[in-house]
Parts: sequence; C-alpha cells; structure tokens
Amino acid sequence: MGRRFVRPHALNAWPGVDRPFVPGLEGPEMSSIETQMRDASAKIFRTTEAKETCHNASQGSAASGGCAFDGAKIVLQPITDVAHLVHAPLACEGNSWDNRGAASSGPVLWRTSFTTDLTELEIVTGDSERKLLKAIREIKEGYAPAAIFVYGTCVTELIGDDIAAVCRHAAQKFAIPVVPVKSPGFGGSKNLGNRLAGEALLEHVIGTVEADDPGSYDINILGEFNLSGEFWLVKPLLDRLGIRVRACIPGDARYAQVASAHRSRAAMMVCSTALINLARKMEERWNIPFFEGSFYGISSTSESLRRIAQLLVKKGAGSALLHHVETLLAEEEEGAWRKLEAYRLRLEGKRVHLNTGGVKSWSIVHALIEIGMEIVGTSVRKSTARDKERIKQMLKDENHLHQSMAASELYAILREHKPDIMLSGGRTQFVALEAKIPWLDVNQERQHAYAGYEGMVELARQIDLAIHNPVWAQLREPAPWKQFVTTARPAEGSVFISRSAAEEVPLR
Amino acid sequence: MARILTQTKATAVNPLKSSQPMGAAMAFLGIDGALPILHGSQGCTSFALVLLVRHFKHTVPLQTTAMDQMATVVGGAEFLEKALVKLKARTWPRLIGICTTAVAETRDEDIAGDIINAKGARPRKLIDTEVVLARTPDFAGAVEEGWSKAVTATIEAITLPGTQDRDPAKVVILPGSNITVADVEHLRETVESFGLTPLILPDVSGGPEEAVRDRWIPIARGGAKVELVRDLGAATLCIAIGEQMRRPAEALQGLTGLPYVMFGSLTGLNNADRFAWLLAAILRDNAPTAVRRGRMQLQEAMLSGHFHFAGRKVAIGSEPDQLLQFAQFFIGMGAVITAAVTTTGDSKALQIVPIDTVKVGDLGDLEELAVDADLLVTHSHGRQAAERLAIPLMRVGFPVFDRIGGQHKLSILYRGTRDMIFEVANIVQGIHDLPPARAPPEPGS
Repeated sequence: MGRRFVRPHALNAWPGVDRPFVPGLEGPEMSSIETQMRDASAKIFRTTEAKETCHNASQGSAASGGCAFDGAKIVLQPITDVAHLVHAPLACEGNSWDNRGAASSGPVLWRTSFTTDLTELEIVTGDSERKLLKAIREIKEGYAPAAIFVYGTCVTELIGDDIAAVCRHAAQKFAIPVVPVKSPGFGGSKNLGNRLAGEALLEHVIGTVEADDPGSYDINILGEFNLSGEFWLVKPLLDRLGIRVRACIPGDARYAQVASAHRSRAAMMVCSTALINLARKMEERWNIPFFEGSFYGISSTSESLRRIAQLLVKKGAGSALLHHVETLLAEEEEGAWRKLEAYRLRLEGKRVHLNTGGVKSWSIVHALIEIGMEIVGTSVRKSTARDKERIKQMLKDENHLHQSMAASELYAILREHKPDIMLSGGRTQFVALEAKIPWLDVNQERQHAYAGYEGMVELARQIDLAIHNPVWAQLREPAPWKQFVTTARPAEGSVFISRSAAEEVPLR
Repeated sequence: MARILTQTKATAVNPLKSSQPMGAAMAFLGIDGALPILHGSQGCTSFALVLLVRHFKHTVPLQTTAMDQMATVVGGAEFLEKALVKLKARTWPRLIGICTTAVAETRDEDIAGDIINAKGARPRKLIDTEVVLARTPDFAGAVEEGWSKAVTATIEAITLPGTQDRDPAKVVILPGSNITVADVEHLRETVESFGLTPLILPDVSGGPEEAVRDRWIPIARGGAKVELVRDLGAATLCIAIGEQMRRPAEALQGLTGLPYVMFGSLTGLNNADRFAWLLAAILRDNAPTAVRRGRMQLQEAMLSGHFHFAGRKVAIGSEPDQLLQFAQFFIGMGAVITAAVTTTGDSKALQIVPIDTVKVGDLGDLEELAVDADLLVTHSHGRQAAERLAIPLMRVGFPVFDRIGGQHKLSILYRGTRDMIFEVANIVQGIHDLPPARAPPEPGS
C-alpha cells in the first residue's frame, strides 16, 4: 500500500506529532486520552515508528479496525456483574451488542445491553446529561448491578456532556460505583480504547475494595477474555497448584474481584498490548510484578505457568511451588503431546495464513509452529513494533507481512500463495471462503476454546477438520457446462476487473 | 388503528433498532456497482460492517471516511473528499452512496455542499460516478428510515425528471427493507410471468454467480443498474411495498408523474390476491399457471396450518412495516398478538396494523410484555429474551446472525406465505407435540 509514507494527518492521534490546541477538547476531562496518546508514543512505540503504525490515513480504506469506544468496550464488557451503559445515539451500542463470545460462570448482566439511545432533540437541547442520570437510576433500581460503567462516545463528548460529573453525582446519590469511561471513537484506534479502559479501571475501580483474604498465592490475569470459556481450560491447572486467580481482567470477572485486584502478588499479561498500561501502572502503584505470556500453545502455556510460580516465589510464596509446577507441567505436556501426535502427521508442513487483528497474533503463531505447521503470511496492522519483531522471527522464509487488511489485497494474496488454511476473525471470513481457502475463526466469535494444553489439541483438531473437509474438493470442481463453452465469454464481473487495472494509479 | 404507547424510560435495554445509516447502506448495496460510505468515525463503519457480515454471511463492501477528532470538531469535508477520490480511483464504482452518521451530523454540516465542492475541485476524478447523499444520523430513525432515505436520494439524484413515453409493460417496484434475496427473485419471476418487466429498486438479489474470480471486486455486484434508475419514469406504474417506500414513490411521482400503488405488505392471501389482481389488470390478462397453482397451495397450507395458529399468543418486535407484515399474517391465521413493540410511532403502517396497542421501545419492553406468549417473533437479539421466557424464537428482520440461509427464506406472495405457515406450524408442533405440552409451573413462582 505504501501507506507508511503517507504523512500523518495534522491532528494525528498518534505520537511524534505535536498536538495543536483544540477548542472544546482541552481541560482535565480529556486528560486520560491525552495521557494515553503520549503514553503510546513514549513507551510503546518508538517515536520513529509512530508513522508506520499511523492509523489516520484510512479514509476510504475498508473499515479496518474499530474505534476507541470499540476497544474500551471490548476490554471492559466481559466483567459480568456490571451494567455497561453506553451514552450515545443508537449506533454505538445498537449495532454492536452481544457480539462477543466471552463466557460467564455466573451473572449474565453484561450481556444485557444498555444505551441512552439519544435522540436529535436531546442532543440539541442538551438534555442528554439528565437522561444519563435517569438511566443510571433505572438500571440501579431495575437490575441491581455491582457497578455501572458509563461509556462516553463521539457525540456525547462532542456536545460536551460532563460524564465524569454525572457519574460522581450518581455514585453518591445511588450509593453504587459508577465508572466513567471516556472513549470517543474519533480519539483513535481500538488499541487506544483498550488503554483508556485500563486507565478507567486504574482511576476508578482497582483499589477501591479491600480484600479480606489476601494470600501469597494470589495472582491477576490481565487481558484474558475467556472467549468460549477458554480460561476454564487453564484455571484447573492453577487450582491444582494452589494458585488463586484473584482477578482475571476482564474474562468472567466480577466487579469486586477487579476492585480488589491490587492485593494480588503477581500478574500475567496475556494480550500483548491491550492492557499493558494497566499492568505497568499496577506494578508502579502496588508493586505487583508482571510478565507477558500466553496460554496458546504447549510451550507457551508451560512457560507462563512457570513464570507465574517464579514471580510468586519471589514475592514470598513457598519455594515448593516451583517443584509442583515442574511436576504438573511434565505430566500435562506429555498428555498433550501424545494427543497431538495424531494431528502432527496430518498437519505437518501445512501452510497457514494468519489474519487476526494483531494482538493475539504472536501467541497463535507460536502455537501453530509447535505442531509443525508453517506460517506463510500474517497481518500486522494492529500489532505493535514489538509484536512485529516477534512475528518476523517466527515466520518461514516465504513470509508475507502485510500492513493493510483491505479485502482486495488479502484476496490477491490468498489466490497467489494458496495457503492450506486461513485463521482470522469473522470480518475476513468470506474473503477466504470466496477464494475457496479453508478457514477457521480464531477471534471473538469463535465457537471453540483454544487455550492451555487441551485447547491446543482442540485447535489442532479444528484445523484438521477444516483443511480435510471434503467440501473443498467438490467446490473446486468447475461448472459442468464450462466444457461446452468454446469462446470464452467475459464474465459479468469483468467490466470491473478490467477497470480496476487503473487501481494502481497513484493518487496523491 | 393501534394505540401507540411512547417510550417513557431513559435507558434502552437490549435495543430493537439498528442504526439508520445501516439501513441506507443496505439499500445502496441493492444498486449495481454501488459503494456505500459511512461518513463518520471508523467505529461507525466497523460496527456496521461486522453486523452486516454477520447477517448476510458474505463480504459487504462498506467504506468509511474515518473522521478523527479534528474533523469531528471543525468539519469532515476534507476527509469526505479524500475518501471519494481515493475510492473512485481504486474501485471504479458506478455510484457512491454517502450515508452520514451522528458524528458528522451533530455539527449539522453542509455535506451536500461538501460533495459539490469535492466534485468541483476534482471534476475529472469524479466523473462517471453518481454521488448520492443520504442524511441518516444515528440519533433518528432506524433501518427502515435509512433505507427509505437512500432510495429517495437515489431517485432524486439520478432519475431523469419530466414525463417520458410510458412503456405499458414496465412496472417499477420499490420494496422496503424487510425484503430478502428470495423475495426479490420471486417477485421478479412472478411479475415476469405476467408478461411484465419489473424495475426493482433496490434489488438485493445479488450479482453474477461465478464465485471464483481472479480479482476481488470491492463494490456491490448485481442489483439495479444505474441506467435503470435513470429511466424509471418510462414505466407505466410504480408499486411501493411498505409505508417506508411512500417517500421514494412520491419523489418519483413528483419527478416523473408516475402514479404509485401502495402495498403495506405482500404477505397473506389478501395482499397476494391484491397484488396478482393489479398485475393481471395492467395487461388485462389471466394469471399464469404458476401463480394460480401458488394460490391453491397457499389455500391448502392455510387449511392444514390454521390449527397450529388458532389462539396462539404471539409477541412481535420489529420495525413498523415488518410489524404490519407479521401482525396481518398471524392474525389472518387465527393467532393473537399479545405484545407488539416497534421502533417509531411515526410510521403510517401503525395506522392500519391490526393490533390494539403498539409500544415504541426495545427488546426489554418486549420481554416484559411477552410473559404469557407462546412465540417470540423478532431478530436474533431476541435470543436472550426467548431463553429467559422459555419460548421459541422465530427470527425475522435484521439482524439474523445465529442462523444461516435467512436471505433465501421466502416471505411474500402466495408461496412465501405458504412457506411461513409451514415454518410457524412446525415451530409450534415442535413444542406442543411433546407431552406434557408445557412443564407445570414451579411451586412458588
């Protein structure tokens, strides 16, 4: 695409660009967003790379990736006993609710959608703050949630609703935690939203409840979403080691767990970028050391469990834990490898194209290589520089890192390199299927749990089923009447095909 | 006429609506070579795209202007222009449909002016491509309104004004948003079987079937041709299906003088009869065999199916036109509508809907009202309510993301009504054939 050479727009949401004064957006309300943008620049990206990861040149590119609100909601929504109230016109919540497969072992309130569904009149007359307060009261009275998270979005931030003040007022009035999450979509990308969510937790939730039973085997798991209940494949292992998950944020979490997360001894950060600021600041504030790990793949899972034990021992747990871990790992690994052998024969050397949004990429890459598969291409659009480095090291020679997730390019890549399977999220599912490439969902809507040792076996099983499904041979058969066509008549779509040759004309 | 209960609470609990630009985008997708753009921040498009793909189960061309905070505050004209020029060069669409979102509309920008400026600034770049603007902020309306606005805007922008020579065999058909691929195909076949040529706008029935291509085509395929839209005035009659299509039909009438006939719905024996009568009357000819057979089969389905409908309590949540469609259908078969929730109180469809009260609200309201219902009829988001109420859910409308084949389900005219009777009767038999018919209530509940 050459998009990396595009000069970032004047008001780049990303760093390395001086931010002019914007009337209406100044003041302490926007401070957490501003901090996050700077944080993103100073720590996560090196400034020189800021332009490469610039998201702002995307007018007219396929709507790749969501907005900051999307990111914030993804991170916070799986907290199960919280009412998530989206302060916005309909679209923000109405078009996106109940679309992720995080699982809950108890409360289902998080799946109920709450929005203030602002109308034109309320926006024009400024009645929206009052409506918000009323909505909070209705939710408190009707649903008795553990807390209410209020999401500020494009329109409500633009018209200057003081969500923080309404939340403060409501919290006092109704005696319930009400947490403002300021996440206007125009502020930036999904990654920014992830961080804003972490910031909201730090600012308003974590540390507000004191644990009555702190123990020296307590840990936090950050950035685990419990998609399809996959964390439940890992939790029994921790249980067997006597390690207690005080808070898994956000997967299957309860508000009280998150609020007392500051009493854990150590933390593991699962998703490589989503909650990095949270992990880092919890370390600063409450001296909770963390490491980045993954539960995808056998060696990653083992390594993660080992690291957890090491951190706990360093923080004062009995050193027998290290021994217990090794025993458990040996046993589990052996079992998993035995089950995997059957698939290794069928999958070794198969070529995978990976097109996940980014944050999960490197951990899945690692897992697949473990069973002898080859990664031949991946999207790194939303990955950080660090992610990219990791991925590059793992790819085979014919690696195709691509920045853009534009369907046309992806389709071309798939048609050209013909991988044996593509792993991605629902959005690009049909690009693969139309190219008649086997496909497996590894994103938020997936049906199967892939974490831990059992999850790895399940992933191998699902890949095997996808690749070896008999439909592919049938689908690749030409239409029976093709043989009677002597002169090739241009297909109906060809008018576009010939025209799109002009696609390459540089525009700027 | 139904009594309309307006919304009194401040929170929408489990929204029934999908947003207005979504409806507009769907309508644009029914035009050959069209490319809808949502004018707003990236998330607006991303959410819409994900939902459209979950519903249609294939890729959907949808683009964004990706407004950032600067554009949100000072205006998105530059972003709009960039998107137009870039997309034009990259995808060569026949038509670009711009659907505004709340982000662009809160400032009440002069977007029509922006488009004219963009065209003026880059005359050569934008030649050959129709640019149609539908002003569809998220803070008003829902899918129906968006759909209606997009069709109206398309007609106003493209159709040649003035009266033309009328071709007596041509009929314009403007279907509402509650139409599926199967419905459009059936509609076309039916009208053609009468010896007439249907001009269907929007035509969502899709494009060429050759699925293996060497290049990705990033615009809508198949559907109504832009040239066809240009010459809509040369038809003999316009048939609008659903109250939402009154606006485009009137726009067309205003431009070309083409008279229109309004159908609230094409489902049910009476509606199908009226439609068949109209087609037969245009050419003063008998109905073709297939249609006559279809009517007979429907009669048979009604005879064997009405047992399963009689007295059943049905709760419906959908937009007004679809509410009318299903309310007429269920009541016509002997069922009772015990709860009806819709998205707006303003539609004229509510004046003829055969229900006592209609609540403007959300799925939370529907769940409350449907406590004693036997069947829930709404889109896929009703699944949580159906689970809690422990009654079956018949998925209709938009979005249906947890079932496949929704686009190939027929719901109109004789055959569609017949199929729906079978579907409902089978759902009902599925529960009530099992003894005991229903678990006895738990003590104390």
